[in-house]
Amino acid sequence: MPLETADKRRLDSDFTEVYRTHLRDVYSYAYYRIGNHHDAEDLTEQTFLQAYRHFDRAQRESNGRPLRPWLIRIAHNLAANYYRDRSRRPQTQLEDASVVSAPHDTEELVEGRQELREVLEGVSKLPDDRREALIMRFALDMDNREIARALGRTEGATKVLIHRAIKQLEQGLGEEPDA
Amino acid sequence: MPDAIDIEALLRSALVPVEPSDGLSDRLERGLSDLTDMAADELADWELSAMRDPRNWARPAAAVVVGSTAAGALVLVRARQQHKKRQITGVRALERGIRDVADDLQKRLGR
Repeated sequence: MPLETADKRRLDSDFTEVYRTHLRDVYSYAYYRIGNHHDAEDLTEQTFLQAYRHFDRAQRESNGRPLRPWLIRIAHNLAANYYRDRSRRPQTQLEDASVVSAPHDTEELVEGRQELREVLEGVSKLPDDRREALIMRFALDMDNREIARALGRTEGATKVLIHRAIKQLEQGLGEEPDA
Repeated sequence: MPDAIDIEALLRSALVPVEPSDGLSDRLERGLSDLTDMAADELADWELSAMRDPRNWARPAAAVVVGSTAAGALVLVRARQQHKKRQITGVRALERGIRDVADDLQKRLGR
């Protein structure tokens, strides 16, 4: 059923707002999920193109709820296909994502970068669902409700998932031989 | 690592949001243009005589929706790049063209 012209304009406007607001979120998710900028750009592009195709329906079914979890879920599914189709695994070494953004002196910078690299490496070794939950929580600042929607879980299960992910990461970092 | 680590603080520092490159918007724009072109092709190839058969209505109607949505979004994506004002004008013309075709099609279908 064709949309009324006014409806299409509203839809265009609404989509643009979603795009502007969440481009960085989708890209950040893709980057930390995939591990390199090149493929993260591909994933982000495909996420928004797919979102265009289904935006009308998603908006109708969202009942006014934020669409960020829906966007991230699209990216999540595409990332799963990315690994399945190409038999790839997340890269342990992330490209430099301006890991330390605040200015420091050289010694602090080196020490800080090393510490944060260990954290990123620890995150990359977590099981997929735990890693994704941490990316959503800390890189995208999503709350439990949003993460639950993105992962298709209950809020309670999501809370437990994040708790276990942090505990596992903490334990892994504590076991670093050169700590 | 220190003995007592504030893991959540470290995670916040490590997992900083990452800004996409300037080139990403251009790539998105191209992808959306492809969608728009595909929708326009659907319309161009559609024989007017086919309108008599309701079974043929679905595809061009879908093309109108896809084309209009993609083109509208495309205009606004481009609007972010204020240094490319000439391109914005071209896309707006494209958007108007697609909307005109869509409106014409809706009239013909006797909505």
